[in-house]
Amino acid sequence: MFPTLLKKEMREQRRTHRLLIFVVAFALIGLMSPLIARYTPLLLRSIPDVPAELAAIIPDPTLKDAVDQYIKNFSQLGLLLVIVLTMGIIAQEKERGTAGMLFTKPVRRSAFVLAKWLASMGSLLAGLLLAAVGCLFYTWILFEPLPIGGFLALNALLAVFLGFFMTLALTGSALARSQPMAAGYAFALVVVALILGALPWLGEYMPGRLMAWGWGLVMGGAASAWPALIVSLGLTGLALLAACLYLEKEEL
Amino acid sequence: MIRVENLVKTYGSVHALDGLSLHVEPGVVYGFLGPNGAGKTTTLRILSGLARPDRGQAWIMDQPVALRQSAGQGVAARLMVGVLPEEPAFYAWMTPRELLRDLVAPLYGMEPAEAAKRTNLLLEQVGLSGSADRRIGGFSRGMRQRLGLAQALVHRPKILLLDEPVSALDPAGRKEVLELIDDLRQQATVLLSTHILADVERVCDMIGIINQGRMIIESEREALLERYAVPLIEVESDDALENWAEQARSLPGVESVTLANHTARLQVKDAATIQAELLASLLRQGLHLQRFEIVRPSLEDVFLRLTNSTKPTD
Repeated sequence: MFPTLLKKEMREQRRTHRLLIFVVAFALIGLMSPLIARYTPLLLRSIPDVPAELAAIIPDPTLKDAVDQYIKNFSQLGLLLVIVLTMGIIAQEKERGTAGMLFTKPVRRSAFVLAKWLASMGSLLAGLLLAAVGCLFYTWILFEPLPIGGFLALNALLAVFLGFFMTLALTGSALARSQPMAAGYAFALVVVALILGALPWLGEYMPGRLMAWGWGLVMGGAASAWPALIVSLGLTGLALLAACLYLEKEEL
Repeated sequence: MIRVENLVKTYGSVHALDGLSLHVEPGVVYGFLGPNGAGKTTTLRILSGLARPDRGQAWIMDQPVALRQSAGQGVAARLMVGVLPEEPAFYAWMTPRELLRDLVAPLYGMEPAEAAKRTNLLLEQVGLSGSADRRIGGFSRGMRQRLGLAQALVHRPKILLLDEPVSALDPAGRKEVLELIDDLRQQATVLLSTHILADVERVCDMIGIINQGRMIIESEREALLERYAVPLIEVESDDALENWAEQARSLPGVESVTLANHTARLQVKDAATIQAELLASLLRQGLHLQRFEIVRPSLEDVFLRLTNSTKPTD
């Protein structure tokens, strides 16, 4: 049963262009990050009538700027994209009646949720892989080679970070009966997670801390954040479990 | 085969089901009748495992039906059932072939070769062979209903739950699908919910009429007609029948008279005894008769009589 559902979800990711959007948008983020880091200072300096003193203090771009840009773009644009592409996937099926059609068959609803999660994670990882390759290539061209091991570790942490928020959006979708409601739930859950991550005493254990760790793994210097990784994975599992349990009992 | 006992289901202040019980024997096409809002769809949703009753229980082939409260509960019943909802919903990006062969059939553990064969057969049966590889997103409501029937039949279910199975079809389509349902009685027990009484008269052996969430009557079709249908006499004339109808209303044994154009329809206690008197009164008034007929009571007459008699008095 599960392989059938997973196959259907993967086909849906392709046919509804979710996979394409993930891949293209993430690849663009990966490619654009070193480009923006490299050319933004040059563009600023080339603006006519920029005072010489100001032009002088615009720093020369470095590898660090490219990595900063990569992390910043994924933790903002990437995050938004993940939420938007995920928040409707269960609510839409409930609203349109396709979930009802499937649930009259011998289908475990938790398998339905897990198949959706896995297929979405697959698209996210495919996009992230392309982004990483693009970023590696352009950073090498425009700056210097990135440390491969550290950069791969950064991307693994990015996958955990984005996967956590994707799961929150999916859970919001499972709780909702319509797509607008799903969007509301998804953004509410994400905002709560972001607020908790901003609290100094709690932030150390939240997914946002993974970005600083990832940066350190590429550039050197930042301390590891194993507790944040464990908490992120744990919260992802809990959110997924909540989505499964809720849907198992929901009347359609 | 299907057993429902004392189902109660409330949505807010609305009592969708109010102690509904029904029994469907094997090999029967059971017509589940009721006016809009009577509780037909709610009953089918409970039997399909999509809704949970507040009280009561339902069984399909002695397996309890349930929206799963624990892992696996209700799955055994689901394996034996094919469901066609009132408005079948499908993935717009899929084709009928993909839906049946790659999704529905494997969910019932069918091997790929068998799934492909079964898909071709079913698409042929429901008249969708020519559209097998078209996107479902472009299908009309009638085509979706045909596809809905096909997906309900993939695993050769022992029980079929059909909610308004021909409501979106044109007359030719209705005839085809009703014939298909008629043929299915050899393989499956069918619970067919509808408000189209002619369809029920055409294919159903047993009839259950519900109103306001309660079963009013459950009986074999012929027995029901025999027992509840009031005899009717239809009179058609070239002349206006208003005066005659007024007079006929006062005759003993005439329960009601309705007029439409040049046709009068009389509900009588005993058609055989009153027909001579009615004919005589028509002749006395010098009316030119086109038709004078004792009409076989229809299920519609029974249905209206039974559902009207259970309407709330407020």
